[in-house]
Amino acid sequence: MRQDIVIIGGGPAGLAAALAAKEAGAKQILIVERDKELGGILNQCIHNGFGLHTFQEELTGPEYAARYIEKVEREKIPFLPETIVIDIGEGENGEKEVTAMNKERGLFVIYTAAVILAMGCRERPRGALNIPGFRPAGIYSAGTAQRYVNIEGRMPGREIVILGSGDIGLIMARRMTLEGAKVKAVAELMPYSGGLKRNIVQCLDDFGIPLKLSHTVVDIKGKKRVEGVTLAQVDENKKPIAGTEEFIACDTLLLSCGLLPENELSLNLGISLNPATSGPYVNESFETNISGVFACGNVLHVHDLVDYVSEEAAAAGKHAAAYVKEAAGNRPLEPEAEKGTAADGTLKKTISYREETPVVLEAAAGVRYTVPSTLHLSRIEDVQLIRFRVDDVYRDVFLKVYFNDTPVLSQKKRVLAPGEMEQVRFKKEQIAAFPRLEKITLRIEKEAG
Amino acid sequence: MDRLEYDVVVIGAGVSGSAVARELAKKTRRIAVLERESDVCEGTSKANSGIVHAGFDAQPDTLKAKLNVQGAKMMKTLSKELDFSYKQNGSIVVSFEEDGREQLQELYERGRQNGVEGLQILSGDEVRALEPALSDEVKAALYAKTGGIVCPFGLNIALAENAAVNGVDFYLNTEVVKIEREQGGYRILTREREFWAKVVVNAAGVHADTLHNMVSGRRLHITARRGEYCLMDKKTGGLVGSTIFQLPSANGKGILVTPTVHGNLLVGPTAENIGDKEGVNTTADGLARALLVGARSVKELPVRQIITSFAGLRAHEESEDFIIGEAEDAEGFFDVAGMASPGLSAAPAVGVYVANLIQARFPAADRADFIAARKGIPCMAEASREERKRLIAENRTYANVVCRCELVTEGEILNAIHRPLGATTLDGVKRRTRAGMGRCQSGFCAPKVVEILARELHKDIGEITKSGAGSTFLNGYNKETMSASI
Repeated sequence: MRQDIVIIGGGPAGLAAALAAKEAGAKQILIVERDKELGGILNQCIHNGFGLHTFQEELTGPEYAARYIEKVEREKIPFLPETIVIDIGEGENGEKEVTAMNKERGLFVIYTAAVILAMGCRERPRGALNIPGFRPAGIYSAGTAQRYVNIEGRMPGREIVILGSGDIGLIMARRMTLEGAKVKAVAELMPYSGGLKRNIVQCLDDFGIPLKLSHTVVDIKGKKRVEGVTLAQVDENKKPIAGTEEFIACDTLLLSCGLLPENELSLNLGISLNPATSGPYVNESFETNISGVFACGNVLHVHDLVDYVSEEAAAAGKHAAAYVKEAAGNRPLEPEAEKGTAADGTLKKTISYREETPVVLEAAAGVRYTVPSTLHLSRIEDVQLIRFRVDDVYRDVFLKVYFNDTPVLSQKKRVLAPGEMEQVRFKKEQIAAFPRLEKITLRIEKEAG
Repeated sequence: MDRLEYDVVVIGAGVSGSAVARELAKKTRRIAVLERESDVCEGTSKANSGIVHAGFDAQPDTLKAKLNVQGAKMMKTLSKELDFSYKQNGSIVVSFEEDGREQLQELYERGRQNGVEGLQILSGDEVRALEPALSDEVKAALYAKTGGIVCPFGLNIALAENAAVNGVDFYLNTEVVKIEREQGGYRILTREREFWAKVVVNAAGVHADTLHNMVSGRRLHITARRGEYCLMDKKTGGLVGSTIFQLPSANGKGILVTPTVHGNLLVGPTAENIGDKEGVNTTADGLARALLVGARSVKELPVRQIITSFAGLRAHEESEDFIIGEAEDAEGFFDVAGMASPGLSAAPAVGVYVANLIQARFPAADRADFIAARKGIPCMAEASREERKRLIAENRTYANVVCRCELVTEGEILNAIHRPLGATTLDGVKRRTRAGMGRCQSGFCAPKVVEILARELHKDIGEITKSGAGSTFLNGYNKETMSASI
């Protein structure tokens, strides 16, 4: 099978990327999805709050997904359900080789000009937190519990403690309460929540669920099924403080301790990952260090809002389409031809903008990372968006941006928190007009300066 | 209560009990294995280092020394016959002190006396040339090329399955509560059933003393010695190729750093005598200690790559040797007790040794129809492209990936459920297929495996357990409790 663009993952990122690529003129687009249906994790997010930015209305997760799925169906963009990609390799003629498996076709290879990575992320498991204690049934990631409750209508337990105040944990505190469980506490290792402010108010405060900041689980009791957990307060080095232990009887421990972009395929392909995000480094086109491989959504960096995922993915889709146009010399690749039989499957090796030395984006003083991390000046949009996260809670500070060493922006920020993704925009003219621009630096500073 | 009569009843389906049962099945005997848990390999056999010790550790002329060396020599052939993962990766004992050479020399001599072949003493630089990740602190080392690693579940399950195929009856969820001597045999009471056998083999791990003391006046006392481990992501498995031990010292004894047969990195175990024989919980102190001591062996231990931690209990007996043989005052009651390290390495030899003891006292005729070979579950993750295509062509479920981290397919899980002594629990599927053993630790695949188990065993997902009674995953339906209170 031969394609222009293969999109790995049919969640919000994959869907938006597919639509934008189609609109930008890509012909042969294929979405590969491991589940039965498109929509990704949105299908189990039955709470509202999705789409405020994109549609100016509050939708549930499935409703938000449906808007994209309907368009994908209308555009007749094909997708392979229940299919898992097991490898992405680089072919001899500039093509990418995507190896996948499903029950219908068995093991097969898809040859494609471009790949868009949209695999999303997964939840950090108990093991990665190295929580001591027994290993009974009754310990779930918040997302697994969400799936049981929202898709299967089944309760994972009745008396719940949640570790971690990420958004899914907060949402699940409310959901479990609404379905008849007692949520006894939400413990958070950090002195601040990792979730959105609105979720803390609507999911915990409104239900009287205590949020214990600077607390963690230090022991799990129960040989077969969870019987309780011990919480303890932690010091500034996040070490439990002796004497602060408190046993809470419960039958379930939910973990909402962070999300990890799912980059096994990317690593095997040789894509460089940013340790701050665990996602690929990308340029303004959402293209990774490997030409023709793009990334968007939570596989790139973990988002708080699906609206931003869609926006970013659309940009990735558009750029991927442009890449295919240039690489394939503006002619569509031969559809459905087997490898080696179509002479014009060969792609142009040199993509013009990749010859250019890009401007480097530097995350400094309080800024953990930026997306993108490089800019090719010839490719930036009329308005270039830079998204970033900070490394701590900051109050009454200034976001400063420097072009080389020249300050070009100072924005007052009342509160900045790691749980809220931030962004800053620059007009293309402003960037292009700066002489010999090599580096753009983002910093959090105390003084307006 | 119905009474089931056998020639031999083996109590405990860990690696020792399973090895004995399989060897006994080579003769014409009616054999039963009684196991308290819901699956085989649920006690000490599932939570240990997975090491096939070369055999230089044990004092010469002990059963530990003899059976370890024999077992290690049998392991390769057995791994082919029974299709489980084994690799001779070599063991290294490192010394951080210049004068450690004397102790290494002692181990070397002991090894030679025990019949261990190919031992070598190396300088710090020589051993670092072999294992570049070793700490610069290492001054000298003992290298044992015959040391190996094995999948502990793979070995245990293979032995048990093969025994079952050869007619051994396994009774799971069957806890022995009482054993009484009767004329010419033993009455064995479990919660559900009564058994009778001429010969009893006591392979009950940390509980072997309790069972022994039911029939013998010569008291046995077994202490549960807890060992805690941290397991790291497959990304780190290449850090060392060999198993790295440290010379016993005041600071540490027995904490090793080793690759596993599946390519993870394992660090542990600690050693702590505990009162609770079910105390398989990890502790903050224990895990910290395992990492601290283990870290000394290598330049940099990748602690950020931990994917899980666990604890196992070794059955420690004061004599420091295996207690194997017929109880002096209980005819026909054979102990396989105190099977602490190197119990796993010795298991194949223990099976033969115990079967010979029993044969000498209670002879049985040979049988011609013993099936020695077993084919394991196909492994898509390790299969070549051609093998994958062939498996899928035979059965499409091999193209449906259930566990992404370890690339385990529905076909493998179905195989695990439907083979002899098949999996009935999530942990059972995990130990047979590795579904859930990867970096997400079953976060993604657990609900899918539970669904497959329910479908195949004709149960509701609410009845499926992690590891037997009391370990269900679900507790009723949404709003159930609320409608009752409104």
